[in-house]
Amino acid sequence: MLKLNHVTKTFNPGTVNAKTALDDVSLHINRGDFVSIIGANGAGKSTIMGAIAGEFFTDTGSIILDGEDVTLKPEHKRAKVIGRLFQDPMRGSAPGMTIEENLALAAGKGGWLSMVKKSEKEEFRERLALLGMGLEDRMHQPVGLLSGGQRQALTLMMATFNAPKLLLLDEHTAALDPATVEKVLDITKKVVEENSITCLMVTHNMQTALELGNRTLMMNAGKVIYDAAGEERAKLQVSDLLVLFKEAAGRALDNDRILLS
Amino acid sequence: MSLASFPGIIQTALELGLISSLTVLALFLSYSMLNVCDLSTDGCFTLGAAVGAVVAIAGHPLLSIPAAMLAGVLSGFVTAFLQTKMGINSLLSGIIVNTGLYSVTIGIMGGSSLLSMNKTETVFTAVKSLTENTFLGPYFKLIVAVIAVALVTAFLSVFLRTKLGLAIRATGNNPDMVRSSSINTTFTTIVGLCVANSFTALSGCLLAQSQKSVNIDIGSGMVTVALASLLIGGIFAGKKGGITARAIGAVLGAFIFRFVYAIALRFNMPAFMLKLVSSVIVIIAISAPYLKSRFPDFKRRMQHKKTMKKAEKEAEQC
Repeated sequence: MLKLNHVTKTFNPGTVNAKTALDDVSLHINRGDFVSIIGANGAGKSTIMGAIAGEFFTDTGSIILDGEDVTLKPEHKRAKVIGRLFQDPMRGSAPGMTIEENLALAAGKGGWLSMVKKSEKEEFRERLALLGMGLEDRMHQPVGLLSGGQRQALTLMMATFNAPKLLLLDEHTAALDPATVEKVLDITKKVVEENSITCLMVTHNMQTALELGNRTLMMNAGKVIYDAAGEERAKLQVSDLLVLFKEAAGRALDNDRILLS
Repeated sequence: MSLASFPGIIQTALELGLISSLTVLALFLSYSMLNVCDLSTDGCFTLGAAVGAVVAIAGHPLLSIPAAMLAGVLSGFVTAFLQTKMGINSLLSGIIVNTGLYSVTIGIMGGSSLLSMNKTETVFTAVKSLTENTFLGPYFKLIVAVIAVALVTAFLSVFLRTKLGLAIRATGNNPDMVRSSSINTTFTTIVGLCVANSFTALSGCLLAQSQKSVNIDIGSGMVTVALASLLIGGIFAGKKGGITARAIGAVLGAFIFRFVYAIALRFNMPAFMLKLVSSVIVIIAISAPYLKSRFPDFKRRMQHKKTMKKAEKEAEQC
């Protein structure tokens, strides 16, 4: 389904700020997989999402999505088959436009000069009702009036409106309060399962990383250092992850010591 | 000022207001919707005036309208291309195009900076000969202006509801979201500025033909005047109103601006004050919401000073 072959990305190459955010990463993700990705800050989690979404082109390697080479395809073209959510709930919707107008853009039906049809409006209402947030009665309100959780749930709905091949969740619950996190994660699970979408989710919450999905990756210094699925993952505890985490961090520390000595 | 001249003032203000409201509607699209302050407006206005005049003088009064609008589309395309594909800041690309258009416009007018259309058949004279000897006779200018504004307003209120229109509005509101809806923001910016500038050029074309002459300064300061009108209109339509209401508000703003200006002229305000007045209106309209948001802090500071002084005095007395 998704293949990354020897992908490398260095930001600010040739300067003192040069940072290799992805270091020769190869990854193969199967159709229908729900992969959680964990790792310390700066490990390359968001960069891998950006590389897949096409936010920037990678320096080397290739990215194959559903048999198609998308390595040099621009972001807006990949967006046809990739849905993406960010940590910031404000990023996924246009605050000055109504819920209905936002959904109309996400649905993207009809030609450039077509208007939103009545049947589509009905469909928007039905889908919004599934969120259980009462948004279906606020179709003509600007999105800017919604809370962070409501906006993130709406964005999730918009990103999956046309069942994408791949869904990228970049810490999409990190800015929400605990009760809302649970709700948004529930919705996420439901939407992904119902449409059997292949999904990559970055999270800082190790519990969530183990509970959701069927495969967990740990990243460090631009590499995937741990990859668990199946039985191995089923036995995994948060404490195990923490040990791995510390080991990885310790190695980084050792590297620093070598550099400094 | 006599009461008898009053209807005359209103009619002139209506004519000028409606014609310049086309530029206001252009800014409504580029500034309010696309969130681009298009500083090529002045040059584009003059370009439209010149192209319209040259085509009319060549004997094609009706063709002058589409010709001027096409010139506007080209100008808008260049401005949009510079900011989306060439990495030039949007304000700067407007200024650059504006400067370049000065030469282009004089070139179009055959090297002269002034063209007279005194004996030329224009859209206005065409309508004048149609309505002559009817009760509409004295209002021929108004008729042309009303038709143009009605068509443009109707077009905008439909256009901004289509998928392309929604995408243009979202580009000004949250470009990240537009990209993730698999829409190219370069495309929406280019279309938005092309459409907006075609209205600006139409506005220039009609103004030149209504006053039967075009000079190279006809558009100077137009962007500020139009922005002032747009912001005045915004007071009436509000930001939450529907698209049609806001577009009509923009037209209303242009009329009110011209009307107040005409009244001020009657009270012996010199005509050269127009641009200063519009600058001041734009400053007030844009800074007022900001200052208002700062006011509670200011109040708190004053209050704090007072209580601290009082406490100090009490401490001295003890």
